[in-house]
Amino acid sequence: MTLIQSVRQEWFSNIRGDILAGIVVALALIPEAIAFSIIAGVDPKVGLYASFCIAVVIAFTGGRPGMISAATGAMALLMVTLVREHGLEYLLAATILCGFLQIGAGYLKLGSLMRFVSRSVVTGFVNALAILIFMAQLPELTNVTWHVYAMTAGGLGIIYLFPYVPKVGKLIPSPLVCILVLTALAIYLGLDIRTVGDMGDLPDTLPIFLWPQVPLNIETLMIIFPYSAALAVVGLLESMMTATIVDDLTDTGSDKNRECKGQGIANIGAGLLGGMAGCAMIGQSIINIKSGGRTRLSCFCAGILLLLMVVFLGDYLSLIPMAALVAVMIMVSIGTFSWDSLRNLRKHPLSTNIVMVATVAVVVATHNLAYGVFVGVLLAAMFFANKMGHYLHIGSEAIIDGIERRYSVVGQVFFSSSDKFISAFDFKEALDKVVIDLSRAHFWDITAVAALDKVVIKFRREGTEVEIIGLNEASATIVDRFGVHDKPEAVDQLMGH
Amino acid sequence: MTRNTVLACIDGSLSSSGVCDYAAWASLCLDAPLVFIHVLDQKHAQPRGDLSGNIGLGSREHLLAELAELDEKRGKLMREQGRLMLEAAIERARADGVDEPLSRQRNGDLVETLNALEDEIRLLVIGRQGEVGDSVGQHVGSHLESVIRTMHRPILVTAGEFRKPASVMLAFDNSATTRKGVEMLADSPLFVGLPLHLVMVGADTNDAWEAINAARLRLEKAGFEVQASIRAGDVEDVLIEYEQEHDIDLLVMGAYGHSRIRQFFVGSTTTTILQKTSRPVLLLR
Repeated sequence: MTLIQSVRQEWFSNIRGDILAGIVVALALIPEAIAFSIIAGVDPKVGLYASFCIAVVIAFTGGRPGMISAATGAMALLMVTLVREHGLEYLLAATILCGFLQIGAGYLKLGSLMRFVSRSVVTGFVNALAILIFMAQLPELTNVTWHVYAMTAGGLGIIYLFPYVPKVGKLIPSPLVCILVLTALAIYLGLDIRTVGDMGDLPDTLPIFLWPQVPLNIETLMIIFPYSAALAVVGLLESMMTATIVDDLTDTGSDKNRECKGQGIANIGAGLLGGMAGCAMIGQSIINIKSGGRTRLSCFCAGILLLLMVVFLGDYLSLIPMAALVAVMIMVSIGTFSWDSLRNLRKHPLSTNIVMVATVAVVVATHNLAYGVFVGVLLAAMFFANKMGHYLHIGSEAIIDGIERRYSVVGQVFFSSSDKFISAFDFKEALDKVVIDLSRAHFWDITAVAALDKVVIKFRREGTEVEIIGLNEASATIVDRFGVHDKPEAVDQLMGH
Repeated sequence: MTRNTVLACIDGSLSSSGVCDYAAWASLCLDAPLVFIHVLDQKHAQPRGDLSGNIGLGSREHLLAELAELDEKRGKLMREQGRLMLEAAIERARADGVDEPLSRQRNGDLVETLNALEDEIRLLVIGRQGEVGDSVGQHVGSHLESVIRTMHRPILVTAGEFRKPASVMLAFDNSATTRKGVEMLADSPLFVGLPLHLVMVGADTNDAWEAINAARLRLEKAGFEVQASIRAGDVEDVLIEYEQEHDIDLLVMGAYGHSRIRQFFVGSTTTTILQKTSRPVLLLR
């Protein structure tokens, strides 16, 4: 595709839908950015600047048009201790470093590593994210008066019921209605409940370019690097998973490696403008697609509108009761959770369910999505190896009774099935000759080769002659390279005495 | 699918019948199998104007199901429509004398689809107007330029109804592309026996005559009756003028020789010619 055409396609092929979706997304981004700033323990303006910058930059640099990126909960949870122990400036430095790491990952084409992340891990990740977002709202709901509960419940009611109002229901974003109604109510009744203004500074100017005030030395690097690495990994994981979800919804492809680099550039930008690190957002991206957004324009519009609204309506933002924000965030959490996965628990095999549940459990326990994904991928790989190990059958027949026997091996021999392979041979049977037919077997690794060596040597020690036939090409190369059974002097080495 | 096919793009626009006839003619001349292709370049459906901006239980699953359903209905309809167009094209090609015209339908972007099929193509036949092009406007089909730019096969861009070519003109500029074009024409069975006009635009110098005479000799050796001329002036205007003056049936030229940057400032000769001419153009890459 030519450049002009791809620009037209990726930016201006759906202008009306994208601008409307951009408005809807911007309205939903504001409460989220504020809420995530509170999770991270920084002023709301840090999250709002970040959301603006990331959304605008990723619109140009991302690899997945139609996906929304901004400040996210998954990232905010990782920075809590950094902010508490070292302060905001170190967070900004960590954000910039995280960006460079992500760009590096893009150049190393790590986006393609996503193929090792199975469906159940993705589901577990999404569910864990939803649970974390929900749990992050709990502090706002503990030790408060009944007013807050009533307002939150009322807010959720508005969010989910307002769309059923004829005509206007589908035209005005219901989270906006929820925020407006609850704010008006709180002011009218003069309720003494917490508002956004109580949570810290809101933006009063456009963001300005600032280099983080941290000493540029190895000590600083040692402090921020672990955080940056975790941020980079989680950010890319969530972005890749969201990109896959948007791919599915829109039935189009995306450039995962470009997305990695794009996320990196966006984070560097955010760090330099006084914002926290962010990544793609599953909930917002779904809202965007649902509202009709398809191209880069919607994410760009969302970022610009967010900034305009925040800067010019900043005074009013501080009046929004936290209860309204909590209601919106509970909605995001409910919408992010994969409810199908609960229904599918009964249908899916146990191993798949274990992977999913383990991913969720590890994330909820550690508050780090990267650990959850790591455990999930590891478990999934082990279950897979175990399953593949079942694809092995060894039959035998006597050619001449008491003299010669023929074993035929069919299937996959590798680390997980090598024990099964060895135990299938009867070394106690007194024979002159054994034929092992491998023409329908695959030897995958050196564990398999070692197992074959062991079998051959065990037979030889009984004085039985062994003939191996039909080593197919794949097996032959591995055996040739690693095998020792045809080198008699290596026997002791293999048997360990 | 055999290699070396004449591939004709059918899109249901006004140019389709012309595409059909020219493709049949080329297929008979080249003795190459004729394949009609209809590319279902489906723009994905938009959900109804729901700006409620909320997500709830199973939103993602519902959204996917809803979008898939919308696309499904449209996709079926478009495929059915395309099938009818292909059937009509096949009928027409049979009437033109092609034994076994084939047809195929592909999902996806037109440019990408054609690029994927490039190896099988000997000649690509495509209409000048895009699906939305009207018969009056001198509009070059929206996809045409990117098709021409990305393909490395000869492309016959048809215009209007079929008229069996009786005279051919080659726009010659002594570039590598047109020198190769001379070779291609000399070897091609497409224009055997037709009078050929070799036209060069530029100053009337000895060098120019030397170049054009070399080309003429090559073509005359291949059995063409060649008329060479050199004219000064603006490339587009001269070529169009010559075409009208001699009632040329088909123009052969190299496509998009200049860089995209030059095109941005100066405009492209190829695009202008495609817009102005009323006759088909065979573009050589």
